This record gives sequence, C-alpha cells and structure tokens, in this order.
Amino acid sequence: MGRTLAEKVWDDHVVKRVEGEPDLLFIDLHLLHEVTSPQAFDGLRKAGRTVRRTDLTLATEDHNTPTLDIDKPIADPVSRTQLETLRKNCADFGVRLHPLGDVEQGVVHVVGPQLGLTQPGTTVVCGDSHTSTHGAFGALAFGIGTSQVEHVLATQTLPLSPFRTMAVTVEGELPDGVTAKDLILAIIAKIGTGGGQGYVIEYRGSAIEKLSMEARMTICNMSIEAGARAGMIAPDQTTFDYLEGRDHAPKGADWDAAVEYWKTLRTDDDAVFDHEVVINASELAPFVTWGTNPGQGAPLSERVPDPASYEDASERYAAEKALEYMGLTAGQPLRDIKVDTVFVGSCTNGRIEDLRSAASILDGRKVADGVRMLIVPGSVRVALQAVEEGLDKVFTAAGAEWRHAGCSMCLGMNPDQLAPGERSASTSNRNFEGRQGKGGRTHLVSPQVAAATAVLGHLASPADLSDAAVPAPAGV
Amino acid sequence: MEAFTTHTGRAVPLRRSNVDTDQIIPAHWLKKVTRDGFEDGLFEAWRKQPDFVLNQEAYQGATVLVAGPDFGTGSSREHAVWALQNYGFKAVISSRFADIFRGNSLKNGLLTVVLPQETVEALQQLAEADPAAEVTVDLVNREVRAEGVKAGFELDENARWRLLEGLDDISLTLREEEAIAAYEAKRPAFKPQTVVA
Ligand code: SF4
Repeated sequence: MGRTLAEKVWDDHVVKRVEGEPDLLFIDLHLLHEVTSPQAFDGLRKAGRTVRRTDLTLATEDHNTPTLDIDKPIADPVSRTQLETLRKNCADFGVRLHPLGDVEQGVVHVVGPQLGLTQPGTTVVCGDSHTSTHGAFGALAFGIGTSQVEHVLATQTLPLSPFRTMAVTVEGELPDGVTAKDLILAIIAKIGTGGGQGYVIEYRGSAIEKLSMEARMTICNMSIEAGARAGMIAPDQTTFDYLEGRDHAPKGADWDAAVEYWKTLRTDDDAVFDHEVVINASELAPFVTWGTNPGQGAPLSERVPDPASYEDASERYAAEKALEYMGLTAGQPLRDIKVDTVFVGSCTNGRIEDLRSAASILDGRKVADGVRMLIVPGSVRVALQAVEEGLDKVFTAAGAEWRHAGCSMCLGMNPDQLAPGERSASTSNRNFEGRQGKGGRTHLVSPQVAAATAVLGHLASPADLSDAAVPAPAGV
Repeated sequence: MEAFTTHTGRAVPLRRSNVDTDQIIPAHWLKKVTRDGFEDGLFEAWRKQPDFVLNQEAYQGATVLVAGPDFGTGSSREHAVWALQNYGFKAVISSRFADIFRGNSLKNGLLTVVLPQETVEALQQLAEADPAAEVTVDLVNREVRAEGVKAGFELDENARWRLLEGLDDISLTLREEEAIAAYEAKRPAFKPQTVVA
C-alpha cells in the first residue's frame, strides 16, 4: 500500500525501530528561542552533557524582544534575564544565535524558512507549538516541550509514537479578498480545536497548490489550533523556486540531488488517510473569530452566535463563557464590533506578503481616530524588505506604528499588550483569554481584514471600504 | 525523575473544559529560567477569585486534579506541567488531554490519566461532596480507586515502564549511540546545516 507524505518523511528519519516502542527519529533542524530553552540547557549542564549537533541547531531571540528602543537596555528585568541566559547558553554550548539587533533576528518560524534552512523532507522541531509553520515546505515539523528540547540538544533524536494522518482537501478558487488566513480559520471552525488531535494534517487540493509559500506557511502555522501535531503541504515548483538561492539551500550538484529527492515527497495515489475533510474554496468568505478559542469563528458577514443554538452542552457553555469574556451579545453583527487596537504581525501573518497586503489597503487612507495600529514585521529581513519597498512610509503615513521585529503583541510578553477590556483585531493565531494582555479581547483576522478594520474602526473587510477600488492581495 | 507506582491523595474537582496552558500558567511566568517556583502561577487568574476551588480551605494539600475535558490545550509550554507539580499535584485525571501537554506530563513524571467522562464526573462529585475523600491512582494495576469508583485506564506500556522505573528519556536514548552514528553517516550531503561543524 502507498504511503502519505508524512509517513514518507517519518520513515526516512527512523534511527531505530522496535516493535511496541516509540520510533527513535533523527532531527534535521532544531530551532531555539529564549523562552523554552533555559531549563533545557540547565539540564544539560547539570548532567555534564553537550550539544550533539551544533551544526543542526539555530537560536534566535523573539518572544521577549522589545519592538521600540531596541538599542537601549531591556527595561523588564525578567525579559532581560531570559535573553541574557540564551546568549550565555549559546556561547557556552557553541550554538549559533541571532540576538536582538542582528540582521537575521526575528520570530523563529520566520527566520528558519527565510534562511533556507527549512527544507522539504526534513524533520524540524522547536520548543514552540507553531513549529507546524515549517510543514509548508513538506517538512515534518512540530512543537516540543522543554524536556524534549533538552533531549534533542543531547542526542539530535526524539523518541516518538507515530501520528495518524488526516487530509484536508481544498478544491476550487478562493474568492477575491479571501486569504489563506480566512481559509485556515474556516478549517478550524469546521473541524474544531480538538478535531486534529493526534493527526498530522496534509493540506492538498487545487486551492492549496495555488498558494504562495508564505500563504502556505500561514495555513500550516495554525494546524496546532485545530489540535494537530503538525501540518504539511507537498513540495512542488513553488517550494523549489522559493528555496533556490537562499543562504542555506543546497547548491550545485547537491541542489539537483535534493530536488530529485523532494519530488518523491508526495502522497502516493493509493495511500489511505485515517481521516479526510473536503472544503470548497469558492464558498469561503473573510473570516473572523468572536470567541476565546480559534475554533470560535464565523464569516465576517454573520452575527455573533447565540450560545443557545449549540446542541452540545460543553460547546454551549464555552460559547456563553466566551461571549461574557469578549463583552459581546448574541445576534450582534460581527461588523459592528469596534476595536481599539489592530495588530499586524506574528509567525502567522508577519511576512512580507502580509505587510504588502495590509499596506495596499492602507495606502492613501488613515487609521481611524482612537485606534492604535501596530505593524510588527516577523523578522529584520522582512522589515528591511518592507523599507526597501516603502511600505513603512505607507504605514506611518496612515497613522500606524512601524515597529521592530519580534513576537510582540502575539503573546504580549514584551511591553506590547492590550489593557484590560481593550479589543483587538489581530493577525496572530490565538485569541485565548488574556493572550495579548490581561483582560484583553482578541479577534483573529487576516492582514487585509486587519487593515480595513483599522481604517473603519470596526471589524471590516476591504470590500467595506467605499472610497476606492480594492487592489488584489499579494500572494493571496 | 521520581518514580511513580501508586499514589493516594485527596482530589480537587476542576469543573472547566478546554483549560489551556495559558490558564494553567500565564505567559508572564514563562520568563523564569529555572524549573521550580511555578506554584504561585498555577491558574493564577482564577486564584484571584475567592470562590475558585483551589482557594477553598478544604482542598489545601490535595494532590490529584480531576479536570474537565480537553485539559492542557494551547501552547506547548512545559511550565504548565512544572506548575502543577510544584503546587503538589501528582496526577491529573480528565476524559481528554491535549497531546503535547500529555507528552510533557508523562516525561516529567506527572501521571495524566484518561477516564470516561462519567467516571470523571463521579470523581468530581465525590470530591465535592467530601473534600477529604481519597483517590488512589495505581499505575502498577492501571486503576483509579475511590469510594464508589473503580476504573481501569490505559497507558502505553513504554510510558508506563519509564514512570514506574523513574527513567528519563535522555539516558535511555544515549544507549543508542551506535544507531544514531550509523544514521548520521548515511544522511545525504544536501541536508541543511546551520553552521559548518
Ligand atoms: S509570533 Fe506568536 S505564535 Fe509565533 S512564535 Fe511568536 S509568540 Fe509564538
């Protein structure tokens, strides 16, 4: 019987297989950041162990880094300690680090792909759940806990029990103004936040094949919000074109050998998935969340749902709690929801196409009075590219704040936070209670919806902007 | 890692579903660089509410958490497990755990037990009716016992063996040096490197 993409990559990394035990898998790329690594290095030190493969390990600073005044000492002592600890650990153990101020610094899941380190058919791990992002290249990429970080540092392997496989097939054309973010929010709303549990999801079908690499990363990034261990997309010409010439992409004969291998990384026609979901792209619309988990979302044109309409008791309870926390009433049109803050950034939507897309809408317009808009590029490279294209000027002219690269308001570990009761439209990936600051209320949206929302002051899509024709989004 | 064979202690009923790791230990606690001292951050937001179950005198010193379905969703932070352990929990019982949380818990010696929702409900009712009631989580016999409750649970044999023996993953894997070196020797040259070793 044929194998799925995920199974092929898995099989190619088995170091040891014993019936009844987890497989020992080799890890091709281990990414580190300051939050989940200190205790792992601490463990190594205590046990007198070393990092086995510093040449397969890369660290960057992202979660705690400030997005203003980055040349000044970090005010928060705890953030400073974490960054200093990472610097010391990387120096002590010989790990390559891109610290704040470095040109390759940025959100770990933006940095790996842009350096060309994330490649098809590799295993990628990081102590961060959104490691699923790297699956966009046909890599098997998943988040791990700190003990596992220590394990990979010490052994470059992980003992893992096989996943189940799920296919999410998206056929047809995405309508104008509907982006990868809308698609993944719709997928999560359909399968639920626990629906992907235990699975590696492979996204396939004509609508997926048409997506740019960056849009594919947005999709795979949020696989974890459906509970999945990982998300994957088979590598194709789009993938190869993105990689060719990047710093760490193979060169010369290695490139040819790599491409030849990468072309074999497709689910066989006779392979069987454990579960299949089919989505019709043409029925989708801009999608926003109204609740406190990423599965609580709806098309922007709809209303806040009535908890009483849920048959499942725990869903009903969750919806009631969510409306209470979010300060919303059932039946209220989603478009009427006013926001104070708009955040464009994160490893979900902080890449150059996302910034282009937001800029194309903000160009010549103004952020509404009383709304603060933060634009936080996913990496320094993204920021430099944006400046080269003049996007920073578009943002500042519109009244948005152009910030330094990092995770920023995606999780509010640095000073970029929502105040209690404040409401944001955010291009990040989690709308959990307090995620963006204690008492903060988050609506997850695409960069386009974020930009239109900033202009109008309430949740809106570019189609709601009456003053001008809306340009086509870059890269979808 | 501390070995887990069987544990008897009082239980705390946590009647909430979808408890994510942000609720278990809020993000600002992640800034610590040690493995201990997370107990005060456990369920921090809820502990500010006087009527929250962990604030009730009767449940002080309890060691078994009986939670609603989908416990431990959200980010992969292992600090959630440490916080539960630092607080004093030895086992968590729920009808469903998020994968990453479950993996993290078993690796750290916190036993996560999956039981049918009716049984979880029965244990919660018991702990509510009598906070002094004891619950036994028996990994040797894979069984949870309490007054009126006797329920078997599943746990894969490998995870169980390591918990029973208190063996950590790294020492086990380092025994496979030969296999790892053999794999490394046959990796293709085109595989990416972050630095030239
Ligand atoms: S941008 Fe957000 S989701 Fe991504 S790594 Fe940073 S905190 Fe995590």
